[in-house]
Amino acid sequence: MSQLSITLLRLGFLLLLWSLVLTAIAVLRSDLYGTRVVTRGRGRTAKRRDDARAQKSAAPARAGTGVRTGAVSPKERAAAHLAVTAGPLKGATVPLGSAPILVGRAAMCTLVIEDDYCSSRHCRIFPEDGIWKVEDLGSTNGTFIGNQRVDDPVPFRPGDVIRIGATTLELRS
Amino acid sequence: MATVSELRVHRGRRSEGWLLVLSWALAVLARGLVDYHADYLELDELAWYAAGFAGVLTVLHIVLRIFAPHSDQVLVPVVTGLIGIALAEIRRIDFAYAARGRETDFGTTQIGWALLGALAFIIVLIVIRDHRVLRRFTYTAGILGIVLYLLPAVPGLGKEINGAKIWIGVGGHSLQPGEFAKILLVIFFAGYLQTNRDALALAGPKFLGMRLPRMRDMGPLAVMFAAALLIMVNQKDLGAALLFFGIFIGMVYIATERISWVVIGLVLFVFGAIAAGVLFNHVGARYDAWLHALDADVYSSGRSEQLVRGLFGMASGGLFGTGLGNGRPDLVPYAESDFIIASLGEELGLTGLMAILTLYVILVQRAMRTAIGVRDGFGKLLSAGLGFAVTLQVFIIVGGVTRLIPLTGLTTPFLAYGGSSMLANWIVIALILRISDQARQPAANAAPKAEESGPRRRRPDLEEAPQR
Repeated sequence: MSQLSITLLRLGFLLLLWSLVLTAIAVLRSDLYGTRVVTRGRGRTAKRRDDARAQKSAAPARAGTGVRTGAVSPKERAAAHLAVTAGPLKGATVPLGSAPILVGRAAMCTLVIEDDYCSSRHCRIFPEDGIWKVEDLGSTNGTFIGNQRVDDPVPFRPGDVIRIGATTLELRS
Repeated sequence: MATVSELRVHRGRRSEGWLLVLSWALAVLARGLVDYHADYLELDELAWYAAGFAGVLTVLHIVLRIFAPHSDQVLVPVVTGLIGIALAEIRRIDFAYAARGRETDFGTTQIGWALLGALAFIIVLIVIRDHRVLRRFTYTAGILGIVLYLLPAVPGLGKEINGAKIWIGVGGHSLQPGEFAKILLVIFFAGYLQTNRDALALAGPKFLGMRLPRMRDMGPLAVMFAAALLIMVNQKDLGAALLFFGIFIGMVYIATERISWVVIGLVLFVFGAIAAGVLFNHVGARYDAWLHALDADVYSSGRSEQLVRGLFGMASGGLFGTGLGNGRPDLVPYAESDFIIASLGEELGLTGLMAILTLYVILVQRAMRTAIGVRDGFGKLLSAGLGFAVTLQVFIIVGGVTRLIPLTGLTTPFLAYGGSSMLANWIVIALILRISDQARQPAANAAPKAEESGPRRRRPDLEEAPQR
C-alpha cells in the first residue's frame, strides 16, 4: 500500500474512534437534553398550569398542526405519572401503567421511600373503573390526601397530593 | 419544587446493535493496521478474528435482549470498543518485543481473558436477576472483600512482583484479588450506608461554613482509614490504598450529600500520604520520581525512567499519533499493562487518547444516570459506587502516567494486559446493566408480580427494618 493510503487509514481509524464516541453520545442525547426539569410554583400557579395542560391534551386536533410542545409524543403525554414533589426521592417520577404500584420502605415496592415515618408496605395506588385510587395498607403513620387520612380506597385525581412522612406524591396526567 | 422527568427512553435495542457494529469495525481495523505495519498481514487470519469478534458481540447482544431487555444500550459497545483497541495495541507491543528478540504472547492471552470476561458478564447477568439480592450479602461481601485485599500478605500464597505484593499465585497463574475486592467492597458500602446513612448525615458543629459530622459518628471513617493504611504498609501499594479509601469517601458523600466528609477524607489522605512518604522508602522514592522526574540523576538512577519514557512516547505521538503499529511503545517498560495509556497516546495521539477518555466518561455517566433512575436506595448507591470506582481507577492510573499525580500500579480498566482486571471490570459492567434494566423498566412490569397471585412469600432479607 502507498504511504498516502496508510496515512488515510491512520486518520480514518481516529475518525472511526470518534464516530463511536459521538454516536454513543447521540444515543444519550435524549438523556442529556431530553430530561425536562419543571420548576413549579406553589398553590394557584401550579394548579392553573395543570389545568392548561389538561386542556392541551383534551384538544388532540393540535397534534396535527405541527406545533411541538416539547419532545413528548401525544401518546406518552396521555400516560399518567406519579411525581414525587418532596422528600428524599424528590424529582423521581413513576410512569403509571395498568398495574397497581406499591409504596413503602420494603425493597420490593415500586417506589421505595427511605423515611422513618414510612412503613415497609405503606400504601397502594391502583386503577379501578378508569380512575386511580389510593389505599392505605395499615401504615403506622398514615397516608394523607390533603389533610384527610386515607383508610379505605379513595379516588386519587390529577393534582391531588398524597403525603407519606416527609414525602409528597402527585398524580400528573 | 423541581421535577425531573425523562421524556423518551430508547426502547428496543437497535441503537446498541449499531454501536456494536461500529466497535467491531474499530477492532478489526485496529488489528489490520497493526498486522500490516508488522509485515504480518494475512487476510485469512484477520477474517477469522473479525468473524470471532462479531460472533462474541452477537452473543452479548442476544443475551442482553433476553436477560436485560431494558438495560442501557451504550455500555457494552463502549466496553467492546475499548477492548478492541486494547487487543490490537497489546498485539502490536508483542510484535515490537519480538523485533527486539523478546518472545511474548500477551495479545493471544489477552484475547482469552477478554472472552472469559465476557463469559463472566453473561453469567452474572443470568444468575443475578435482581440486584437487591446482593443486599443480603452486605457483611459477607465486606469481610470477603477485606480478606481478598489482605490475601497477598499470606506467606506462601502471596507473590511479590516488582516490589508490590498485590498478586497471589493460583496454579501457576497470578491473580490480583484486589480487583475483585473492589466490587465486594462497593456492595458492602452500598448496603452499609443504605442502613446507616442517617447517622452519618447527622449534623454536628459548624466550622468554616461547613456542617461537620458529630465526633462519635467518625468511627467508620477511622476504621476505613486504618484499613487503607494497613493495605499501604502491607502491600506496598499506594494505588490500592488510594482506591479503597477513595471509594469509601465517594460513597459516603453520595449517601449523605455532606461535603464535609470529602474534606475530612482528603485531609486524612494527604496526611497519610505525607506520612507514608516519610516513613517508607519506596513511597518516598515514588514521590521523588514524580516531582523530579526530569532531573538527570533521578532519571539515570532508573527511578523515573519508565515515567519519562512514557512521557516522551506520548510527546512523539503529538496531535494525531504515529499511527497504530508505527511508534515505539516497547521502549517503555510494561508498555502492555501499566503504561498502555502511554502506548496508545503515542500511536493514536492526543486525538485518540481524548476519544478513549471520552469513552470512559460515557461509561461513568451511564452508571451515574442509572443511579439517578433506579428507585431503591441500595441500587442507587451500588451503581454510583461502581461508576465512581471505575472513574477513580482511571484517574489514578492515567494521572500517574501523565505525571499529574505520583505513579502507582493500578490497571487501566479494559485496556491493560491482565486477567483479573478484565474479569472484574466485566462483572462491574454486568452489575450496572442489571441495575439499569430495573431503572429503565416501565412501571407496569416493575410492579411485584406476586401481588395479584395469592399470598406473597415473605422475603425478610430483602425488606427494610420492621416498621416502628
